[in-house]
Order: sequence, then structure tokens, then C-alpha cells
Amino acid sequence: MPNIKTVFERSEVLTSNQFHYCPGCTHGIAHRLIAEVVSEMGIQDRTIAVCPVGCSVLAYEYFDLDVVQAAHGRAPAVATGLRRSLPEDRYVFAYQGDGDLASIGMSEIIHAANRGEKITVIFLNNAIYGMTGGQMAPTTLPGMVTTTSPYGRDTLQCGHPVRMSEMLNTLVDPVFIARGALSQPKHVIKAKKLIRQAFELQHQGFTFVELLSTCPTGWGLTPTDSMHWLEHNMVPFFPLQVFREPGHAPEAANHYTPDLKVHG
Amino acid sequence: MGYDANLPVDQAVPSPAPERLLMKGAEAIAEAAIRAGCKNFFGYPITPQNEIPEYMSARLPEVGGTFVQAESEVASINMLYGAGSAGVRCMTSSSSPGLSLMSEGFSYLIGSEVPTVVVNIMRGGPGLGNIAPSQGDYLQMTRGFGHGDQKAIVLAPASVQEAVDLMSLAFDLSEKYRNPVVVIGDGLIGQMMEPVTFAPTVQSTTEKPWATTGKPPTRKRNIINSLYLDAETLEKHVLHLFEKFGRMEAEEQRAELYLTDDQPEIVICAFGTTARIAKSAIKVLRAQGIRVGLFRLISAWPFPQQAFQTLVEPTSAFLSIEMSMGQLVQDIRTQVAGRKPVEFWGRTGGVVPTSEEMVAQVQKLHHKLVAQG
Amino acid sequence: MNHVHIDKDRCKSCGLCIEVCQHHLLDEGSDMNAKGYHPIGIHNEEKCSACGLCALMCPEGGIAVYKEQKVKS
Repeated sequence: MPNIKTVFERSEVLTSNQFHYCPGCTHGIAHRLIAEVVSEMGIQDRTIAVCPVGCSVLAYEYFDLDVVQAAHGRAPAVATGLRRSLPEDRYVFAYQGDGDLASIGMSEIIHAANRGEKITVIFLNNAIYGMTGGQMAPTTLPGMVTTTSPYGRDTLQCGHPVRMSEMLNTLVDPVFIARGALSQPKHVIKAKKLIRQAFELQHQGFTFVELLSTCPTGWGLTPTDSMHWLEHNMVPFFPLQVFREPGHAPEAANHYTPDLKVHG
Repeated sequence: MGYDANLPVDQAVPSPAPERLLMKGAEAIAEAAIRAGCKNFFGYPITPQNEIPEYMSARLPEVGGTFVQAESEVASINMLYGAGSAGVRCMTSSSSPGLSLMSEGFSYLIGSEVPTVVVNIMRGGPGLGNIAPSQGDYLQMTRGFGHGDQKAIVLAPASVQEAVDLMSLAFDLSEKYRNPVVVIGDGLIGQMMEPVTFAPTVQSTTEKPWATTGKPPTRKRNIINSLYLDAETLEKHVLHLFEKFGRMEAEEQRAELYLTDDQPEIVICAFGTTARIAKSAIKVLRAQGIRVGLFRLISAWPFPQQAFQTLVEPTSAFLSIEMSMGQLVQDIRTQVAGRKPVEFWGRTGGVVPTSEEMVAQVQKLHHKLVAQG
Repeated sequence: MNHVHIDKDRCKSCGLCIEVCQHHLLDEGSDMNAKGYHPIGIHNEEKCSACGLCALMCPEGGIAVYKEQKVKS
């Protein structure tokens, strides 16, 4: 009898439901990687997901985990309340898109990170609002055409794309901040490592993984062309990098000696 | 007291014999929440309720709870949603403008059936208004405080002691119906100091099998969610919510009828601070031979209709007295349905009416009734 | 023989697997699934090295890959 080894199988942390995402959408890849990490860490019974409003609002149909569906932009706050109410050994992650996190939810993500909430935030940056039909997002690239920037994003009117990982990296308390991509096998493999690191460090403090993603429908490109477009256009503006790991807090943090009057 | 605590009290954790303390309303509300088993508080500074988060930040760590100062009221209500989803007794508090920011989150709490308690210490409005006491959020609170078809029990204490008692009731009712409960007081209720007695501390032991605490292999996953893309399914869900609201309307009406047994000519309708001031006015008026009674709402929603309807026949006229431009009066008119005259008098902008002003208003109405014969 | 199993019902014919297959063994089939897509199929499966890149890139989690271990004599 030939000895058959499984090289790859669908993770049991995913439900059997079929994804509703458009063909080639990288949300599906991100969901799979998270499920695989949760499965490999053996924490399916202790992980709670917080899903946003956006294309992945239906993520609660896909993770065989306890899930809380959060209002648009508020997942980091919901995750905070959840995390602060659960036993230490639980894992909480928020899964958000760029409209959800970098636009309406900008305040929540910055303050959750700044408080050092012991949660992981997975941030899918595809430079567009997908669910609502392809509008301009805070991460839409200069000159990029969307349904609300029909002449291309005009940076004089709408400013430049927001670099969330770099922005959060100015904060003292986050323990892990990294940006990856889902555009080709080597990046997907790396992205899974980043997600794994983020989950493993979550009990030490706030961890953040930004994943450059595609939106074939919103971009008006085929799934494969979208991958190439991402690499030629998004990666230059959003460099793939680990910005923060334990032991590398930004310089400013190390020399800050509070001179507050210390209560007795 | 006009209410009957017929709720099953969870097994009480013995705490020091209920002592009598002189406390500021806001702090008493916070202490009462803790004694009702509240473990987590999420809030944001806004006058006139700051003493609630301040007190919570000092006390919650002492009882193994967690205080988080959020970056906004929007974040506060969503943190509450997260904590409530984990099945923990938790609360937030704010004041009028803050509540407007919380309305979306509040609608999520109802749609997702997450039990929790929200306190609104109302202040002058609209807009920035001021920090003086007001009752100007009555309609916002009682007419469904967020978007969509939804309702929530709204309790309106008129003293610091009653606020303390209603806090533990609020937590019990939120879990009984898996629906948030709102406790509203005006700035006075929050800022007044009065002697209070606390009931023994209660640890909530209500089982919450629906909570998202991590899915053991032994059960299906729990989902806290209010999204129902299919219209028929959402309608079924909303009808389920309204079955709950119907039970609340039937079982949770609470009011105080004050000096209404001798079928007074005029009944003042009020809640909170104005109801208390009205009691002083009623003493003066009765000494002048004008028979006046008071109908005081303790539950602003559900409107205490059973108690109110007993007054319609015997009463000649109703006078709704409010710290607003007339919001409760709309409910009174609905209940009276034209059978008797219903008048309104109020002060707004944060002005607190005096009993002398109330006496004058009732006298005016009395003379009008006498003139009409 | 190594084996690649593609879940015909999940496949949305996005083509990401086709692009990463080193041996170009994958292409769009002619049949149509319930969603109206032509699911991807594998041909010359004997050439498959079970590298798993197709499964790695599948956004539907619809590909499983099995490798036949050479039994050492």
C-alpha cells in the first residue's frame, strides 16, 4: 500500500461554508492562514474572533470559533472589551479591512494599540472599499481610479495613502507590527509566519499584521493581474517589513523617564 | 418604594452589614453597580457624570474588576458590547452628548441581545448645551435610542437611594431579557449627596451559554451578531425581539402614585428631580385646599400605563412638569387620549424649577378649571 | 502517484492556482459548477510534485494535496 502523506488540507478551524468573496479575493487566503495558525497552535477552543463591517462582515460564517460581529470601525474597541473580560489564556483577534480600520475606525485602532491591548489585529489593506462597491479608501494610491475618485485619487484634495504600520510604530506599547502581502506564494508563506508570531506574542501585548491584499472586482482586473498590480504599485508605497518585534521599541521609548510626581 | 423586586436574587455573597453612607449620586451609582456584580466599566469623561468613571477606576481593581477609560463614547459602548458578549456584568455611563454618540452601539446591543447597563446623567442641550441638570433626553431614551425597531427598559430614579436600588434591578433586568437597560437621572441625581444604604453584594450566577468565551469541542460556536442579510430572517429576528419587548411592557411597568387616593382634581406627571420638587409643591397646594396628586414614572419605558389609567377617570386635569420643552407630556396625552385636559409646564436650558413656580402653575390651572365650572 | 483534489463546488475559476503550478498541470475545465464557474482541473497528475503551491494560493481553501511517499526498499 503506498504511504500517502497529506501536504495540504483545508483547516478544521474553517467551517464548511463556502466563501462569498469574489473570485481571487485574498480575504479567502487570509482566512485560511488564520485558521491554520489557530489550528497549529491548538487554541481553537480559546480563540474568539471579532469581525468588522466590510466584505469580511460575513467572516463569522467561516471561522469555527466564537465570533463577535463589530460595528463598522469598532472591532478594536469590541476586542478590548472582550479581552478585558476573558480569562488570561484566551486569544482575541480583530479582522478588519482598510475602510473599517483606517477610516471610520482610526481612533479605535490607534488607542487599542496605544493601550497595549493584548489582542491581535489582522488588517487587510486592498486600497479600496470592496463591499460597498469600490470607493476610495484611506489607503487608495495616488492617481488610483475608484467609484469616488473617478479622475484618480487627487492627493491635493484627498491627501496621500495612510501607512498604518508605520503610524502605529510610533507608539511605545505595541509588541509586534509587521506588513506582509498575499500576492504570491513566498509572501503568503511569510504572511502565515507573521500571523503566527502575532498570535504567539499576543499575551505580551498588542500585535498587528497588515496584509497587502487584492480586490479584483474593485480594481477591475483579473485575479492574477491584481496580484501583479499589487506588487508593482502597492508594495513600493507600503514596504513589506517587520516594524516592531519584542526588544525593538522605538528609540523615544527607551529614554523617556517620567517626571510625574509619583503617588505614595 | 413603588416597585416590587420580585426578581430571583442570586445567592448573595455576604458583605459587611448594609451600612448607611452619605454619598454623591454618581459615586453611589458606581458602588451600587459593583455590589450588583458589575465587573467591567468602560467610559469617557463628560460632566456631570465624571465621578462614576473616577469612582470605578479606584474601586473596580479592588474587586478584581477592570476599568478602561476609552478614547470616546463611541469606543466605550463598543467595548461594552465586547465585554457583554463575554457574559460579564458590565456598564458604561455618560451624559446626553455622549449618549448621542452611543446610539449606534446601543442598537447593536439590542440587535445582538447583549445584556448590559448604560447610565445617562442628563445635561442641558441641544448641542454642547451646558452641564446643568436636564430631562431633555426623555424622548431619545424612550423612543428607541438607536436606529431600527428596538426598545429598552429605561429606569428613572428620583433620589440617590432609588438610583442605588435601580442599579441592581437594571443588571437583573438586562440579563432577564438579554437587552440593555438604561438608567437616566438628571445632573442633580448625579451631583446630590444623600444618605444611602447598600444591599449586600451579589455575584451574578446567571448562566450565559450564549457568551463568546472560546468554543470548547463540546459545543457549537457562539456568534454575537445583528446582521441578517435575508429580510425574512431579519423580520423573524425582530419579531422575536418584540416578543421580549412585549413581556417587558407587561411585567416591568413601575410608578409611584403620590396622594392620589382621594381622587385629586389635578395630577402632576413627572419623574426624577421634578417629581421630588412637585411633592413639596403639593404640600403647599393641599394646605391651600387645592387637591393635587403626583404620578411619578419610575420606568420611563415601559410607560407605567396600568397605574396611569386608574387616574384618568377621577382626575379633572393633568399637568406634566419637566426640565425640558415638553416630552413626557406627549406620552401623557397619548394615555389620556383627549378624555381630559393635559397641560405642560417646564424649564429648560438646565434651569431647575422651584416648588413656588410649580405652586403658581397649579393654581393657574385650578382657577381655569374652576372658571370652566 | 501524488494527488491534487480540487473541490469543484468551491472553485470560482480565479486562476491563481494555474499561475503558480510549476509544471502547468492545471487549467479551466469545461464542466460548470452550481455557481456557474468552470472549475479548475488537473491533467497529467503523474507529473505533479505535490509542492502544494496551488493549495497555498487557493482563496477558497478548495485544494488538497497528497504526496505518495516512496517506500524505501
